[in-house]
Amino acid sequence: MKIAVCINHVPDTETKIKVAPDNISIDRTGVNYMLSPYDEFALEEALRLRERFKGEVTAVSLGGDPHRDTLRKALAMGVDRALLLKEDGERDSFGVASGLAEELKTMSPDIVLFGKQSIDYDNAQVGTLVAALLGIPSVSVVVRMEVRDDGTVSCDREIEGGHETVQTKLPAVFTAQKGLNEPRYPSLKGIMAAKNKPIEAKPAAAVPARVVTVLMRRPPAKTPGRVVGTDKSAVPELIRLLHEEAKVI
Amino acid sequence: MPKFQGVDYFRMDGLLSGEEIMVRDTVREFVDDRIIPVIERHNRAGTFPMELIPTMAQLGLLGATLPPEYGCAGMNNVAYGLVMQELERGDSGIRSFASVQSALVMYPIFSFGSESQKRAWLPLLASGEKIGCFGLTEPDFGSNPGGMLTRARETVDGYLLNGAKMWITNGTIADVAVIWAKLEGVIRGFLVERGTPGFTAPEMKGKHSLRASVTSELILQDVHVPKENILPGGDGLRLPLSCLSQARYGIAWGANGAAMACYDAALQYAKTRIQFGKPIAAFQLTQEKLVFMVSEITKGQLLCLQLGRMKDAGTVRFAQISLAKRNNVQQALEIARLARTILGANGILDEYPVMRHAANLESVLTYEGTHEMHTLIVGEDLTGLPAFV
Repeated sequence: MKIAVCINHVPDTETKIKVAPDNISIDRTGVNYMLSPYDEFALEEALRLRERFKGEVTAVSLGGDPHRDTLRKALAMGVDRALLLKEDGERDSFGVASGLAEELKTMSPDIVLFGKQSIDYDNAQVGTLVAALLGIPSVSVVVRMEVRDDGTVSCDREIEGGHETVQTKLPAVFTAQKGLNEPRYPSLKGIMAAKNKPIEAKPAAAVPARVVTVLMRRPPAKTPGRVVGTDKSAVPELIRLLHEEAKVI
Repeated sequence: MPKFQGVDYFRMDGLLSGEEIMVRDTVREFVDDRIIPVIERHNRAGTFPMELIPTMAQLGLLGATLPPEYGCAGMNNVAYGLVMQELERGDSGIRSFASVQSALVMYPIFSFGSESQKRAWLPLLASGEKIGCFGLTEPDFGSNPGGMLTRARETVDGYLLNGAKMWITNGTIADVAVIWAKLEGVIRGFLVERGTPGFTAPEMKGKHSLRASVTSELILQDVHVPKENILPGGDGLRLPLSCLSQARYGIAWGANGAAMACYDAALQYAKTRIQFGKPIAAFQLTQEKLVFMVSEITKGQLLCLQLGRMKDAGTVRFAQISLAKRNNVQQALEIARLARTILGANGILDEYPVMRHAANLESVLTYEGTHEMHTLIVGEDLTGLPAFV
């Protein structure tokens, strides 16, 4: 079985984001990067599928040289190949999806896995766009997947207020939600082995931008709370504020 | 409390390789996810978190520097040190478990064991299926292990061991003990398996320190072990002392990890605790304490890193390891105590990690060579004049 996992390199969840002076990008100084958390579920699922069906797992990332760190982590977790599609600039979701799809066409994997979204721009588009560009089915926000020997796949996906079970046929794209599995830690042995595995790199296919960022801003600062009273005489005013200002009741 | 981000005031990460950083970050995540959420419960109950062993083994934390042919990761000593640093940021008891298994059980079997002993034990110890302990210290022989009373006598088909060991980490949970005993007056190492008639390992209770670690006595009454259980690769006090050098190396890193946990807790607390209308971090006396902590942690980090590089190059001397263990544990204890003063009364609660680290470090100060013995080891190294024999 040929499995591709598309992974992204994103600012650490603990980062305090600052907007850069150009007002359309973030200030990258002192920012630590990590493998996007939902992509970890995708990677883990890929490794489990390989353990069951044999075959090869390729991790693909589109971006600049720093993405090598995240590909290195994927190698340490146990993927067979790592491929960097080089792009030093920014791309919109369609641009990323097109670059990935171009490569996946030649790779023709049976299964393509993504995290349900990258936790930096939160567009949650790339996996689905890749499926469309490849002309294959996509199942998103997957919390359980069962691949059968006949190439059919049964998935549980999260929907508002519950789960739905869907079925599709390979090849297909799946985007992983938290709960799909418990990702493994890269082992020290895996880290050592990854040191000697190459990261292949080639330029990502060029695609003109369709969506451009024109402004990035931080949310307005929170206003301090206020005390409307200290005994039961404050209750009517509190109710009025919750109803009219906070609009929560 | 916000996630621990590491203490790296002097950009030491720039001196580490990509693999070393990945090892450190992986263990850091494991400690945050698995150790910190359960450690206070185990510390209160006085139990070792056995449930962590399979994941620690799967990560490759046991015997991490030994070669892959025995099921180990073949890491360098700097990566191993970073593992110890992160584990002890969780708890000294957890680091002690890994230290003993790696440096005091797997290392002597690897260094002094026969090929069949290595093949039999190392993969099982690396996978955590078997636990080991190290029996050197005796009730009356701590700093002076050469005076040990435990004896081995050769029999027709093996050896008969008699004696008692004390303060043995992992003793009660161990499947195999590396026992040091005198055979015709010469110290030799023996592998004694759990369940061997005459061998018992009762747990020592009532500790105020290292509560999440098992500490035991080992009692050997006419314990017969087969011939193939002697470690054939050498004799004399030099052997157990070389194991202790391995362990002390890990402690030098580990103590700095405990110090980082205390500093981090103190810094977070000082920034949010308001007195006289401002965070206590804004007071000069608090800042002085925080600056002291970061200064000592930074010095300790650089000391460990160079120690590790020398160990990897094969040029390290045991007195240098003594200096690092002595310095880093003393400073970590001082940092833990200072952190406690920043947290005030909150510092004594197990809602915060500080008092647990402080209590643990009291043991670390005197185990694996007391602070005083390390002083005398370095003193002798400097002057050429031994002060303790």
